[in-house]
Amino acid sequence: MEILVCIKQVPSSNKVEVDSATGVLKRNSAYAKMNPYDLFALETGLRLREKYGGSVSVLTMGPPQAATILYEAFAMGADKGALITDRKFGGSDVLATSYTLSQGIRKFGKFDIIICGLQTTDGDTAQVGPEVSEMLGIPCVCNVRAIDKVEDDNIIVDMEMSEDIEKLQVPFPCLITVQKDIYEPRLPSYKKQKATANREISRYSLNDMEDKNEKHYGLDGSPTCVQRIFPPTSDKVQEMWTGSGEDLSARIYDALKKMKFTA
Amino acid sequence: MGKLIVHQEKVQDIAALIKICPFGAMEDKAGKIEINSACRLCKVCVKRGKGVFEFVEEATNEIDKSAWRGIAVYVEHVDGKIHPVTYELIGKARELAAKINQPVYAIFLGENINQKAQEILHYGVDKVYTCDKKELRAFNIENYATAFENFINKVKPAVVLVGATPVGRQLAPRVAAHFHTGLTADCTILDIHENTDLVQIRPAFGGNIMAEILTPNHRPQMATVRYKIMDAPKRSDEISGTVEPLELDSAKLASKVEVLGITKKPREIGIENADILVVAGRGVKKKEDLKLIRELAEVLNGDFACTRPLVENGWLEPKRQIGLSGRTVRPKLIITCGVSGSVQFVAGMEHSEQIFAINTDPKASIFKVANYAVVGDLYEIVPKLIDKIKQGRDIA
Repeated sequence: MEILVCIKQVPSSNKVEVDSATGVLKRNSAYAKMNPYDLFALETGLRLREKYGGSVSVLTMGPPQAATILYEAFAMGADKGALITDRKFGGSDVLATSYTLSQGIRKFGKFDIIICGLQTTDGDTAQVGPEVSEMLGIPCVCNVRAIDKVEDDNIIVDMEMSEDIEKLQVPFPCLITVQKDIYEPRLPSYKKQKATANREISRYSLNDMEDKNEKHYGLDGSPTCVQRIFPPTSDKVQEMWTGSGEDLSARIYDALKKMKFTA
Repeated sequence: MGKLIVHQEKVQDIAALIKICPFGAMEDKAGKIEINSACRLCKVCVKRGKGVFEFVEEATNEIDKSAWRGIAVYVEHVDGKIHPVTYELIGKARELAAKINQPVYAIFLGENINQKAQEILHYGVDKVYTCDKKELRAFNIENYATAFENFINKVKPAVVLVGATPVGRQLAPRVAAHFHTGLTADCTILDIHENTDLVQIRPAFGGNIMAEILTPNHRPQMATVRYKIMDAPKRSDEISGTVEPLELDSAKLASKVEVLGITKKPREIGIENADILVVAGRGVKKKEDLKLIRELAEVLNGDFACTRPLVENGWLEPKRQIGLSGRTVRPKLIITCGVSGSVQFVAGMEHSEQIFAINTDPKASIFKVANYAVVGDLYEIVPKLIDKIKQGRDIA
């Protein structure tokens, strides 16, 4: 079984501030680690390979330094890696990112199953996985909480919904996004890290893609535009309430109702 | 759209310029500034780069926005049981539609849904478009996306709103990708311009920053909104609007994905998983009085927990204890009753979203972390609060 896991490098901390005087984003944290949700996707890929054979490839998109997470994935046991990087991909929103990834995936190889983490910790949209599947014309199942089994040409998974669990049989090729806790991610192995430190990775830029039209990528390929960013109004309240039991219970009730904790 | 241009001839202090970029997207390549793919076009460099960076707008072919009309809401349901986020979105859609004087639509996909579609007419939509097919009996992303696309192609709504539920969060991107249009996830504020551009505001970077987003040259504009963000309209006794079935050839609903079964999700147990927690502290005088705490938790559909002394007394099991020697919790709502708030306890709950603390002592340290410090006797407040919640529920 040919398995692809899509991973992303994210800032190690989400602590960003807007300078309220200038409106400028203050951002000190470097892009430093693999998106934590992707560890579960990678672990899922490795377990499928261990049980059913095949190989696990990893793909990421980002600045040149994002290659480091491919090597982190190698240290956990991934076999092959590719990095999609080009300045022309800068400023991509969800659609342009998904399109670039789908182009990169076509370039990288043929896969039976593509596994993504549920979401990232920086973008936090959970939308890239399903958009990629549409662009590749393959079915997808998000929020997979358990994998039942793999048969010759399909996989059986449990998808979590609001109050229910749907069991689905999905033919290959397909894409799934997995929930955290589907499996406990393994730690990177020092031995593997040493052995793979110089492994070649593939690098793709716009010129390597099937669709080389610049307009379909980066800012030009992004339908959404960020108009402005601003600090959230702090909703942290600290109030002290005194009064009779009747008054206080009424105030608590009204507050709970307003916050929609009760009808 | 546009692109960034670097005027290399104006560069003086290259190191200082590179530091302007909050994303570290600039590199010094042999004395020239190069912008790499980490660039998010936030344009901070244009503002602060002393004229070195310029953003050049490029002309785009404007689409005909008047060809897209109405605000559509996706009706999320399992077996005809409508998810309440649907009504909240209808409430918002009505508000937006009123501003631009356009209709509100609902799009309802499933099998045997006509009766249920009538129910939606009590909430003030102009039309409920249905697609009633056996292939849509259970959620299957390919068939649902096809039916959704059929609706968009035929009705051409300006805006499509989808609940950010596990189903909505996969269906909306699938459909948005099909139309190559924008989709903004988890909006907390929505507004609309006169030219029907939807103003989408969402938290970014883990909620530290809010971003205002437009989809200025694509239709439909799509956005997802989480449950319990918008306000649902009151159900009217009268109905208004009509149900309009949409034709769709069954041959187009030929997904090879098979739904093998649907089961109820097991209730996650454990105080760590609770969204709402009511906590008993030493202010609870007798073991029997815990029933007050339990009952409050029950009427709020939450769980109950306690402080360490209560576990030591043997009143409750250790798995219900919050604190350094117990569990760490982060519920959306926590109500502490008669808890003084030791350092160890607070460490286990201070990241809760809304903290109500009831305590007779105005100097109790729990009040330092509480959003609402309620100075009073839990024995007077809690029973009355339980009654009010029960009454409120009966009316609603």
